[in-house]
Amino acid sequence: MIGFTRAAAGLIRKAVRPSLGLALPALALLFTASFSHQAAAMNIQKIKTPGGIEAWLVEEHSVPLISLRYAFDGGNSQDPAGKEGLANFLTAMMDEGAGDLTSGEYQERMEDISMRMSYDDSKDSLYGSFETLSANRDKAVELLKPSVQKPRFDNEAVERIRQQLIANLQYADKDPEKVAMREWYAQAFAGHPYARPSNGTIDTVSKITREDLADYHKRTFARDNLKVVAVGDITPEELGKLIDDVFGALPEKAKLFPVAQTEPTKGGSQKIVEMGVPQSVAVFGLGAMPRKDPDFIAAFVVNHILGGGGFSAKLMEEVREKRGLAYSVYTYLQPYQQASILVGSVATKNAAMGESLSIIRNELKKIAENGPSKEDLDAAKSYLTGSYALRFDTNSKIASQLLGLMQEGFGPDYVENRNKLIDAVTVEDAKRVAARLLKPDDLVVTIVGKPTGLKSASPAALQPALAAPDRG
Amino acid sequence: MRLATCYRFNLLTFLAMLMLAVSPQAYASDGTTRATEFKLGNGMEVVVIPDHRSPVVTHMVWYRVGAADEDRGTSGIAHFLEHLMFKSTDKIPVGEFSKIVGRLGGQDNAFTGNDATAYFQRVSKDRLGKMMEMEADRMVHLRLDEKEVLTERDVILEERRSRIENNPSALLDEQMNASLYLNHPYGKPVIGWYHEMAKLSRKDALDFYKRYYAPNNAILVVSGDVTADEVRRLAEETYGKIPANPDVPATRNRPTDPPQIVPRRLTLKDPRAGNYSFQRYYQAPSYVTAKPGEAEALDILMKIAGSGSTSRLYKKLVVESKLASSAGGDYSGYGLDGGTISLYGVAADGVPLEKVEAAADAVLADIAKNGVTEAELTRAKNSYLADYVYDSDNQATLARRYGWNLAVGRTVADVEAWPANISKVTTGDVKKVAAQYLDLKDSVTGYLIPDQSGVAQAQEAPAQSAGELR
Repeated sequence: MIGFTRAAAGLIRKAVRPSLGLALPALALLFTASFSHQAAAMNIQKIKTPGGIEAWLVEEHSVPLISLRYAFDGGNSQDPAGKEGLANFLTAMMDEGAGDLTSGEYQERMEDISMRMSYDDSKDSLYGSFETLSANRDKAVELLKPSVQKPRFDNEAVERIRQQLIANLQYADKDPEKVAMREWYAQAFAGHPYARPSNGTIDTVSKITREDLADYHKRTFARDNLKVVAVGDITPEELGKLIDDVFGALPEKAKLFPVAQTEPTKGGSQKIVEMGVPQSVAVFGLGAMPRKDPDFIAAFVVNHILGGGGFSAKLMEEVREKRGLAYSVYTYLQPYQQASILVGSVATKNAAMGESLSIIRNELKKIAENGPSKEDLDAAKSYLTGSYALRFDTNSKIASQLLGLMQEGFGPDYVENRNKLIDAVTVEDAKRVAARLLKPDDLVVTIVGKPTGLKSASPAALQPALAAPDRG
Repeated sequence: MRLATCYRFNLLTFLAMLMLAVSPQAYASDGTTRATEFKLGNGMEVVVIPDHRSPVVTHMVWYRVGAADEDRGTSGIAHFLEHLMFKSTDKIPVGEFSKIVGRLGGQDNAFTGNDATAYFQRVSKDRLGKMMEMEADRMVHLRLDEKEVLTERDVILEERRSRIENNPSALLDEQMNASLYLNHPYGKPVIGWYHEMAKLSRKDALDFYKRYYAPNNAILVVSGDVTADEVRRLAEETYGKIPANPDVPATRNRPTDPPQIVPRRLTLKDPRAGNYSFQRYYQAPSYVTAKPGEAEALDILMKIAGSGSTSRLYKKLVVESKLASSAGGDYSGYGLDGGTISLYGVAADGVPLEKVEAAADAVLADIAKNGVTEAELTRAKNSYLADYVYDSDNQATLARRYGWNLAVGRTVADVEAWPANISKVTTGDVKKVAAQYLDLKDSVTGYLIPDQSGVAQAQEAPAQSAGELR
């Protein structure tokens, strides 16, 4: 079911970037990697089921749980034009009735056996997560199977979920962070499916029919675009049977629309969306190297130094620690299948947004011109290699990490080699890659709020403004 | 008790888990003893929860102090101090704490609630000793520079803008909490009121620090790839060297509320509200204050009434009558001085909020009058018991469960008796707590209404037909 925003947490010292509409496994891709010196005996087995489906497995019998993570290539860039939000709609329908079971029956049965199942969509994939207690495994698989193969899309459920999705959109339309991010994609990828709102709009969600849902399911749930990882209390033989049982009856080939390669617009732009809030939220970003580019790892390290490394990052130092201008400022590297980006965000009182953005541009420029210092590089490498094991300390985290690797076409050996790749990045590499990556004049910026002294500007009009940065 | 609100969606894993940890399930346990506990000579409590699957540890220090312990006029000081704890000590230069942790391949953070403040690092197990050394150091050797303090004050004001001022739901939540507690400090936001935060000083922070930060007011929790013996040895070498502070307040007596005699209602009209919704908070006992079995019955009650799409509220309001696009409820039983029951509903297109609220009240009245079914009871129990097994996959979740409980004065034995106690709840117990605690007289109801006229304004609304509803 779709959640309503609830109040639920203690105050946390530092904001962690929201996943910005991406499924968690997609983020895992960024950080995909390895243990190394830990030499943890995590044994990743590659298996092929009797039905011919490949999967990875980490057996872990000390906790009576099984975690399954799977992904179908496609995601919300497969939403037909005018039906944006379709993939997202589907993810909300997966526990709303399947096979002979109506929505209420399905959900009660899930709860009876404490099975956990959820779906999420990203630009390139649709993700499934399934967890069960070992004792209930057979019953849980019996319940997962019709959901994957025969979701019902009953009218009652479709209309009810539609209302929830529309309510979520009404809420999101007033959330400055969500609006800023959505506008950023619209600006950066204008004309490409990546520009479209992942969750659709009230208008497009209103138009989606049960036939659209059934069609999307039929096109994208197939064996050739499926990746599966399992971690937990299960043997390779049992897993093989389970996977064939759940996925074996799907069509052999998915029918995906082609999505063109692209990159964010260049030349710089700034768009302001007026909203009556005391604090403006800006999203800024530009194109980056693809995941398989030889410079990707160095770019990943450079991003850590710039804005990815929490309190160690330059932007945090300059914007928050030295000047107290923001609680949250960060960047991250996101390699999509058809484009790679470096994107970040900052939230600052309206009067100080101009100053914050000037500082951010200046930091990009400084690192691009001088490269990171040896000290900063060593600290970043030390963190990135030393903390890698923290991504593998629960079954579900292991499964998400491995699924990410599998989707990017790496083998299980990546986990062992990843820290060596980070360690191999030299000061010269970092400098060269920083210059290639960080081009402040190309920044696409969207701001939501009432930022003092800032105006929307197209690439051409922006240049003079850059020469004389606004002071808030 | 309600902790401060956090409306960020989709936090990354470990902070997302943190949010889960403050849900009632945080009390779940499988009934088998997992944790070892002991005390250092200076009174610091220690809990060790082994998990040897991966060579990493979660190291947490909890202080038995939170926002509800603040002096009047200094709201937000507990949280402000938490930020300032990352500045410098005699040994650690300004801003270096997190950088050192990072260079060692660790992740660190901290959080503040009404009743506790906690600091934690997640690191490779061979770094545990270093983390303890650093955490022990800042327990008593914090140094604060005036300029650093003022800059950080700007940061917490920005944090308040992000969390509260920019979000009408958070503003309403804050107003409702303030109304729910007329006198008890749970009515203050954990982050503080803006006008008081803006005046917090270095002296305020240091006074608070000196009064409350001491080993005899702290709990060390370590989970992961360690043994109790290793932790004991390292803890004695670090925390164990710090003398107890005899002046730490021995009891936590906060101002209390007079009995509530009238339901309270608020309406926030805000142009930034996306849709029409209502929220209801009731004061209720917590695991600390309840009679034996009552808090467990409240957990079961609100699971059946309001948790997820199999709940009564969802089925009645969303599936059957279609008055709401979503609806649910929750019990928060982790406060030192009390808990809360909460309800919410988002009106379906064109449905007046009064109708949504009345339908929710009818669901609760039915449970109070007729109880729940055996099937619902069994399902709710199984769900909680399964949560324990799922939680045991995550060492950080386990560390937070024990930490929260010990910080409010419960024991390891209490935590581990939870599954057995939840199993004892009967349908009669559920009916009884529903009848007793779902009383409008103990509640605050808030409406959030989209408004085109401009400025956000909170206003009191008259109580409506309150008496008949329970």
